[in-house]
Amino acid sequence: MTSVAPRVRKAEKAPKSPMQDTYWPWIVPGILLFVFIVVVPFFWNIYLSFTKWNGLGSPKWIGANNYVKLMGDDVFWQSFLHSIVFIISMAIIPTVLGLLISSALFDYLSPRFGNRVSTVMRAGFFLPQIIPIAIAGLLWSWMLSSQYGIINVTLVQWGIVPSTDEAPNWLGNASLAMLSVNVVLIWIQLGYTIVVFMSGLARGDQSIHEAAAIDGATWFQRFRMITINQLRPEIAVVLLTTTVAALKVFAPIYVMTQGGPGSATNVPAYFSYFNFIQTSNVGYGAAISTVLAIILIVLAIFLLRMQTRQQGNN
Amino acid sequence: MSTTTSSARNGKGNTVNSASGASKALSEMTPQELRKLSKRGQGGFNKRTFGSWAWLIIILVAAIAWISPLYLAFVNSVKSTTEYDTTGPLSLPTYIDFNNIIHFWNKANFTEKLWNSFQISFFVAILGVLISFLTAYAIGIGKIRGRFWILALFMVAFTIPGEALMYPLLRMMKMIGLYDNIYSLVIIFSVLLSAFGTYLLSSVLSDFPTELLEAAKIDGAGSFRLLRSVVFPLTRPTLLVLMVFFFIWTWNEFLLPLVMLPSNSSQTVSLSMGLASGQYTSEPTQQAAAALVGILPTLLFFLIFQRTLLKGVTMGSVK
Repeated sequence: MTSVAPRVRKAEKAPKSPMQDTYWPWIVPGILLFVFIVVVPFFWNIYLSFTKWNGLGSPKWIGANNYVKLMGDDVFWQSFLHSIVFIISMAIIPTVLGLLISSALFDYLSPRFGNRVSTVMRAGFFLPQIIPIAIAGLLWSWMLSSQYGIINVTLVQWGIVPSTDEAPNWLGNASLAMLSVNVVLIWIQLGYTIVVFMSGLARGDQSIHEAAAIDGATWFQRFRMITINQLRPEIAVVLLTTTVAALKVFAPIYVMTQGGPGSATNVPAYFSYFNFIQTSNVGYGAAISTVLAIILIVLAIFLLRMQTRQQGNN
Repeated sequence: MSTTTSSARNGKGNTVNSASGASKALSEMTPQELRKLSKRGQGGFNKRTFGSWAWLIIILVAAIAWISPLYLAFVNSVKSTTEYDTTGPLSLPTYIDFNNIIHFWNKANFTEKLWNSFQISFFVAILGVLISFLTAYAIGIGKIRGRFWILALFMVAFTIPGEALMYPLLRMMKMIGLYDNIYSLVIIFSVLLSAFGTYLLSSVLSDFPTELLEAAKIDGAGSFRLLRSVVFPLTRPTLLVLMVFFFIWTWNEFLLPLVMLPSNSSQTVSLSMGLASGQYTSEPTQQAAAALVGILPTLLFFLIFQRTLLKGVTMGSVK
């Protein structure tokens, strides 16, 4: 901020007016609905996690048994391990690639080839973000299908493998399925980080970049010294929101692999759904979802603290 | 300072090559001219070199790779099955064959799915934004006591996974007879999304110009008139952006429709697509048609609201 006119900031505290209390009725419908749709189900679900129930009759209180069982359940731990892998492919890789691409588009290509070029490419990367995830899953299971999928048919056509029977079974092979799903998740997620970072760059003071360039700084030096610093708030927020998204992954797994083969691509969200609906282990499903919810709530509190701090700085 | 910078940036790269001002003395030059000169002397902040073309091509290839699945779905959905078998998935079709698309459309009863999705998303956009606006009005304008904690609660609630609410919600909807009814999802999504909407709108409304509020109050406006004739008209653009987002988020939702809408006739587009996967594996062109038909509505929506959507992605993350 180099503007000459001093910005007079309004006193932050709201004036204590006698009207203040007439506003509370406006919040009543919102709060009531919130209690019925979020608070009650949430605590009900926690209660269910302490019971054994198949959805018929009434739940039987069994204390912390579900949680004890959970701690010893290999599938549960495996599903969380997969979540950590998804954090890499949905949070870390898109953030790194997104930084490089958005900076290259904004800072390197846009001044040389015009804004249109970078706008069009940004839209291209963003396109997977607007497709419903279930449909992205459908699209990819079509491409990755072992017998008729586009990838294997092309491999055969190019003579890389003799027939689709010998081509890799991308989603059906336990060691490949995880890789395939991760590629799809990166494909979905990259556009989000690029768009956020590019808007962050547009917000920043471009003269720093130009001054550095005039002083002979290369693009990579500018990227390392200026861009990363400028985007610090965006990076933090993107990392947290994408981590939350990675932990919540459900639809791609449901559509592409159903957690399989075996439990090779199982994740907590799908594991919980599976217990709730497929096998009617309501109590166990509730316990898994409660653990997941607690992890996500902790992340949300981090995010909240970060944002209030940022607002304080502004 | 910053204004001259941005105007220089917005110009195309070739402005650098213009030699204007080069003959003037340095002290007589405007900042813009100085800037151009310095760039020229340096040999190219904005110059298209061989290396810059190489980078352009690399990123362009990546962007093309990114949209290629959509391109493949498009190409193969209008290809006849026999042609797919002989020439494979990569070639362009020799003639456009809409049979796959028509066949899928009828088989999945897609018109019905579109209508279901549209209704749910439309009502959520209206109801969700209405709830968000009223709650945010009390928080952002009314500055009611305890607002920080209400917002914190909403923010936290927004990250709770659907799995942790789904089963009790299912039982509740069964109790009140809304199970397998799209209006159960209208209620649920309106409330879930309004937690986010309130969070966002509250911060927009807390920056509302106080002069306007004070003036209206002096004129004797109560909180209803203030809402209707001062705050609402000025917030309408933001509300519309939020509606676009609520619409598209609801449209894309998968888990809760999966649990709440078991019967075929109440399914949404996303849900029926997710369930269609694997159903047509022996007919690849059919599956391409399914994917394409599923993508088209959102693609259309994206093209119409592109600016809003791209702007809105960053909404609420960093102010």
